[in-house]
Amino acid sequence: MTDAPRSFQEIILRLQSYWATKGCAVLQPYDMEVGAGTFHPATTLRALGANPWAAAYVQPSRRPTDGRYGENPNRLQHYYQYQVIIKPSPKDLQDLYLGSLRAIGIDTSLHDIRFVEDDWESPTLGAWGLGWEVWCDGMEVSQFTYFQQVGGHDCRPVSGELTYGLERLAMYVLGVDHVMEMPFNDPDAPIALSYGDVFRQTEEEYSRHNFDTATTEMLLRHFEDAEAECAKILSQPAEDPRTGKRIVMAHPAYDQAIKASHLFNLLDARGVISVTERQAYIGRVRALAKACADAFVTTEAGGATA
Amino acid sequence: MPDLLIELFSEEIPARMQARAAEDLKRMVTDGLVEAGLTYASAGAFHTPRRLALSVEGLSEASRDTVEERKGPRNDAPEKALEGFLRSTGLTKEQLEIRDEKKGQAYFAKITHKGRPAEEIVAEVLEGAIRNFPWPKSMRWGAGDLRWVRPLHSILCLLSDEQGARVVPMQIDGIAAGDVTRGHRFMGPDEFTVSSFEDYEAKLKRGCVLLRAEERAETIWSEASSQAFAQGLELVEDRGLLDEVAGLVEWPVVLMGEIGDEFLDLPPEVLQTSMKEHQKFFSVRDPKSGKITRFVTVANIETRDHGATILAGNGKVLAARLSDAKFFWENDLRVVKEGGLEAMGEGLSNVTFHNRLGSQSDRVARIAALAREIAPQVSAEADEAERAAKVAKADLRSEMVGEFPELQGLMGRYYAEAQGLSPAIAAAAQEHYQPLGPSDAVPSAPVSVAVALADKLDTLAGFWAIDEKPTGSKDPFALRRAALGVIRLVLSNGLRLSLVQAIKDHLKVLAEHIDNAPHVHDVPDFELESYYDERPWLRKVGNFVSGLGDIGEGHSAVEGWDELLEEADDLLSFFHDRLKVHLRAEGIPHDVIDACIAMPGNDDLTLLVARAEALAGFLKTEDGENLTQGFKRANNILTQAEEKDGVEYSFGADAKFAEASEEKALFAALDGAQPKIDAAMASEDFASAMAAMASLRAPIDAFFEAVQVNTENQVLRRNRLNLLSRIRTTCGSVADLSKIEG
Repeated sequence: MTDAPRSFQEIILRLQSYWATKGCAVLQPYDMEVGAGTFHPATTLRALGANPWAAAYVQPSRRPTDGRYGENPNRLQHYYQYQVIIKPSPKDLQDLYLGSLRAIGIDTSLHDIRFVEDDWESPTLGAWGLGWEVWCDGMEVSQFTYFQQVGGHDCRPVSGELTYGLERLAMYVLGVDHVMEMPFNDPDAPIALSYGDVFRQTEEEYSRHNFDTATTEMLLRHFEDAEAECAKILSQPAEDPRTGKRIVMAHPAYDQAIKASHLFNLLDARGVISVTERQAYIGRVRALAKACADAFVTTEAGGATA
Repeated sequence: MPDLLIELFSEEIPARMQARAAEDLKRMVTDGLVEAGLTYASAGAFHTPRRLALSVEGLSEASRDTVEERKGPRNDAPEKALEGFLRSTGLTKEQLEIRDEKKGQAYFAKITHKGRPAEEIVAEVLEGAIRNFPWPKSMRWGAGDLRWVRPLHSILCLLSDEQGARVVPMQIDGIAAGDVTRGHRFMGPDEFTVSSFEDYEAKLKRGCVLLRAEERAETIWSEASSQAFAQGLELVEDRGLLDEVAGLVEWPVVLMGEIGDEFLDLPPEVLQTSMKEHQKFFSVRDPKSGKITRFVTVANIETRDHGATILAGNGKVLAARLSDAKFFWENDLRVVKEGGLEAMGEGLSNVTFHNRLGSQSDRVARIAALAREIAPQVSAEADEAERAAKVAKADLRSEMVGEFPELQGLMGRYYAEAQGLSPAIAAAAQEHYQPLGPSDAVPSAPVSVAVALADKLDTLAGFWAIDEKPTGSKDPFALRRAALGVIRLVLSNGLRLSLVQAIKDHLKVLAEHIDNAPHVHDVPDFELESYYDERPWLRKVGNFVSGLGDIGEGHSAVEGWDELLEEADDLLSFFHDRLKVHLRAEGIPHDVIDACIAMPGNDDLTLLVARAEALAGFLKTEDGENLTQGFKRANNILTQAEEKDGVEYSFGADAKFAEASEEKALFAALDGAQPKIDAAMASEDFASAMAAMASLRAPIDAFFEAVQVNTENQVLRRNRLNLLSRIRTTCGSVADLSKIEG
């Protein structure tokens, strides 16, 4: 399949069907505000423990500090990542990845595809891995990572993670210079919509909100609430008094960690966090993520044997 | 004699690690082979983004048999002992030898260790090398436990000779060694078998892989140069980038593209940095205008459109990057034109320099005050030095430096020029960071020197005041480098500066800044202790400040002041330590420096080094060496006598009590030399002072030869001891010779 896709959504659909044929469970986005696809529990938590796993999904991601009121050709406070995670990482993961580029119309005999060293680290998740950023004709189109540690736990087996920045990749494939001009659906559809038709206004609204309006006292309070709630959830005894079953609430606790992380990002965008405080906040989010990872590995999905 | 070929084929190895890894492979394998008893003629290591390779020529077929001789029990020892010996050697009684010993006879065993075939040794050594490979960072993958820099896919391990090639049987975590590899990821993906190194290199080339990094680098360089030359342009040399790019491709394809006209007015350093950092592009310069007008990118593939798609894509990415840079540049220029670098630097008050040393703007204010103080001593104009210091760090708040931190200083210079500041101030913005290391250039323009010194002294005094000194190998704030910077600035500009005075004055300024110390005044005495318990770093400084303000009875202001001043002396000895390291590299031994440090004015480094150089030169002469011995002899006799008698012999040696002619001659020599030495010392001409001292060598030697100091006659003895004291004083006027070793 080397015919060129015609729209943003066609690229997404082709990735979905490609990874589906390669055996991935095609999941849906996580229903919370996250900074990157990695935060989805299908990656963060499922990278832990011994159970095999293969999933692919689109994840809407928010980076409040990247808001540019919809004016910058390629910076957005809300954008999409495409995420693939396979555990254990298969031997032919690089080839599988290259196949996905061909699937979206990138002819690998015409372009210069390169794997350039890039070690990945997420201080907020207590996670790191080794891999590359993948370049296509000098442009970074994906992150390719072999997870070594998540939430402070060694990954055994190792998961292979692929992250595609969908807007940037699609702009390149479709030959569009400004993200807002990118066709979202087919340009020949009866109601053809551009990316700007869908998102220009929201980029403006959220940029204003994130930079100037979000109430910082409330955000701080919510951050502390989320932190406290996470600890409270994890402090419950493993045995559920209602059912008598062992139910460790790793996922509900992790939701609170996600919340804290997003609140921190918003506070950062509001410019109320100093350089020294920054490290402390990151450390607090990491502590939550670690506690959730600790809890998850005691569950069945986390590979614990009863 | 077979040849050995090894290839470790993996996913992409970071470019910066490849060369070192190839060398490590060669070292580990060849060392291992030799240790196991094999020999070889030569070895070569190679690397590409996906493979490390090693070729060893003329390897021995097997290690030799070795014979070990072991002594056993005496032949009259109990049967049990013999049995044990036979068991441990694996021999029978008949195979043992009986030899005469000093006392009786003993059994001896000769044990033959069979040589091992090369295959066996190679397999063992290679496995050890892979498992213990010193990658800077390594990883696991899949479900395995093996670590490599990225997933390891295959191992090729061959021994080849006239009879042909044979695979060395080995397996490591499921990867079995074979004779198969493959070429370029896209242009030669099919597997092929290999029979020797020559075959390997040739087949790789057919598979679009250049095995040798230097060949790839050369291809890139010559192809890029000739493409540039064909357009009347020249390639900007960058060896580091060339090596890196050679490590990113197996089959280099050089493509040259244009930079959009709208970007050509950006400073060349900005173009170059952006292209290099973000995209690993080479810069191509128009020799007529000096401007960067094109870029060279190196692709890893030949395409049917001759790179047109690749070049277009790269050009697009470059345009987006340069649009950002242009946006930064124009915004920065606007800020500077509207409010000057002062306006640009406003935000520095929001940037913490160190949480105990205040913000960057606090620091800038301190540096400005210090630069003003130092200015007259470095022939700079005080107002100009202060102004330069005030704007020198403003570019840290520019958008351009935010994006490219390595352009700090340089952008400050551009912006200062755009603002119309004096060339000296503009230069200081760039040069005040220098020297950054032992080989970096040292600024000589007076304003740059003043700001550079102030910058470094503020750092040092600040971290000393809050007790964050380097310890052992830990020097997180690069204070050793800062101290060396001060030393080099002072010495290469011949500056006469009292470091201790400058540091003490500056500690006073610092004390006012640290953690906005004034609030110490507001703390009632009875709460002061708990206040300090929470902020221990303020104790020292707070005492000092409250003392100045005459507030806070009940804690001694004088004590605080002294304590803080001690830091200046402590910092001086840190400078002396760095100076010793610096001078040792220039061939001046540490005892010479110690002898000079013991003299007054030792915080004037120029004076100190002049002294040390003169002394080092003097000690290399025969006179110098002997005079030192004479001095030490005089000093020893005198010290012993003073200890014994409990008095100090320091005055009143009188020539009229001199008996021997040698004694008289010494008096005369001292009298003759003293004015010369005094005059030389007054003009800090240490070499002449030393030369005058050299004239004392013969009289002193003769004196010790002929005269007994500790004579029965107490009058003579006292006079002679006082004479020795004159020797000690005179010889000690340039340096403390007692510190000289040997």
